Amino acid sequence: MRIAPSKIYLLVFIVGAFVVSYFVPMDQYVREIVLTIGINIILAVSLNLVNGFTGQFSLGHAGFMAIGAYFSAAVTTFWAPRLFGSSVDLTGGVVAPLVFLCALLGGALLAAVAGLVIGIPSLRLRGDYLAIATLGFGEIIRVIIQNTEAVGGSRGFTVTYPYTTLFWGYFFAAITIYVVANLVNSAYGRGFLAVRDDEVAAESIGVNTTKYKVIAFVLAAFFAGIAGGLYAHFKQYLHPDGFNFLKSIEVVVMVIMGGMGSNFGVITAAIFLSVLPEILRFIPQLYERAAGIPLPHLIDDLLKNRMLIYALLLIALMLTRPQGIFGGGWRPAFLFKKKAASADGTIA
Amino acid sequence: MNQFIQQLINGLSLGSIYALIALGYTMVYGVLRFINFAHGDIFMLGAYVGLYAGRTLSSRMHTGPSVLLAICVLAISMIVCAIVGVVIERLAYAPLRNRPRLTVLITAIGVSLFLEYGGQQFLGAGPENFPAILPRYEVLHTATLSITSNQLIVLTVTVALLIALTFIVLKTKLGTAMRALSFNPTAASLMGINNNVVISFTFGLGSALAAAAGILWAVNYPSINPLMGLLPGIKAFVAAVLGGIGNIPGAALGGLILGVTETLVVGYSDRLHIPPSYRDAVAFVVLIVILLFKPSGLLGKAGSEKV
Repeated sequence: MRIAPSKIYLLVFIVGAFVVSYFVPMDQYVREIVLTIGINIILAVSLNLVNGFTGQFSLGHAGFMAIGAYFSAAVTTFWAPRLFGSSVDLTGGVVAPLVFLCALLGGALLAAVAGLVIGIPSLRLRGDYLAIATLGFGEIIRVIIQNTEAVGGSRGFTVTYPYTTLFWGYFFAAITIYVVANLVNSAYGRGFLAVRDDEVAAESIGVNTTKYKVIAFVLAAFFAGIAGGLYAHFKQYLHPDGFNFLKSIEVVVMVIMGGMGSNFGVITAAIFLSVLPEILRFIPQLYERAAGIPLPHLIDDLLKNRMLIYALLLIALMLTRPQGIFGGGWRPAFLFKKKAASADGTIA
Repeated sequence: MNQFIQQLINGLSLGSIYALIALGYTMVYGVLRFINFAHGDIFMLGAYVGLYAGRTLSSRMHTGPSVLLAICVLAISMIVCAIVGVVIERLAYAPLRNRPRLTVLITAIGVSLFLEYGGQQFLGAGPENFPAILPRYEVLHTATLSITSNQLIVLTVTVALLIALTFIVLKTKLGTAMRALSFNPTAASLMGINNNVVISFTFGLGSALAAAAGILWAVNYPSINPLMGLLPGIKAFVAAVLGGIGNIPGAALGGLILGVTETLVVGYSDRLHIPPSYRDAVAFVVLIVILLFKPSGLLGKAGSEKV
């Protein structure tokens, strides 16, 4: 029996995540960064399905993430203890991972439903109108959460159990990559690419463009919900302001920088942008050690202003390389033997 | 009844600020067909220029709040922001002419973030208190109705600027060129119009109006910060879409409708059973409804897509 190489990648990745998570010693700081990378990979790869492969520009990804985060956190913090009572230990054992998985899936499904509700009407819109409408929906979700006292409203929400481990983070990252990469290479994927390359032409030859757009939207929302659930049980504190439009922009920057429509590029960008703040944090120390004098205050402050760096990155990329660093069909040859559709839709 | 009049006046003064910002969105969309995401941040910049100009001038001129001071501050802020708007267009958007609209939109988001967080860096992240540049008194004060001079001034300045803008767009050569460009850029340039000059002029004009809106906003709500442009900017965009993007009277109408709607929803929140904290969601609901039922806006013409 021949197993598809993508399945082997998936398996290797999950086993690797398991081994690293449970057998490799890692201090708390590194572990947190690595986990952040995993969550950002899920967000970026799922948004890439909408913004990159389907060519729709969504600015509301943080809204779906918020739904997943708050719902799953509500499940584990309020409902699970009530359901099981005090007799069952929810901090570990067999029940805890099950509760966590159910919470994650529940949150993701709710996010997917939201994606459907938002997707059906707004996908009639195109280009910049869609961008603004999704931004609006994302903000509406945030305002609703802010006004829901049951989940803390604007005071924030403290999550009881830190269920998210490295293993879970990378398990779902692997599944996200697997699903998105395989979907794009399937018949559905051709539909996505057709919608992106020329919506009118696709429609005229009988491609149901709305269907493909909604599917892409719902799937992206589902995985954003998973990422939200992981985030909630990792940070253990949620605040509606953490899911505002800037959070969506952060993910959009990852997708654009990596190259819309290139999974490899987007993953690389997600890793790079997650590590970037940490690297920038070390520059003043390195400078002081090397030069003997502390870094000027202004530059020090500039390095800490992450959003300013994102802004400059966006402008510079658009002016010099709008297809992103790895966009426009580039992919690492050593990972892919078989020739497949490249990001610009032509057969390479 | 008095409560309704009160809410209406509050709404109109808020709405006229939205209208001034919306005009910039609509004019830029008219000539370039793209959403200038950074427009709300020009509004913020306008307030900050006003802040520094107001502080300097009132200490130099040894005057307290006065009409002359207010006019000077307004003029300085409008001129500075017009220049900033033109420079931004030259540096960030002009190199992207003829590129896909999405590329320009992403750049505009970048410029917007740059102004916001650059503002945090260089203007200070905390809120600043806008100096009183206008004498403030109550024009009308009864138990249930209170109208301040500021609200009336916002309305007056807006009307004056709208008349000036209408004159520029309809009667001057540059205004005619602007309208020609928004009909058909290629034909306009064939008729000897220098498109780049007209585009720069449009950005300057829109940015000056946004600066005026920033000053009016700061006079009414004196606490300003580098991120203040975000929400009014998006709401003004909604106003522009509501009126029909690309349509100048539409933007003004949309701004007023949005301002009044928002104020009424908040003012009657208990009767409508909508908590007042949903204020910011109003604009987005309006946007989504209008995009679904009449995407061309109230005064816009529905255009068919060219293939």
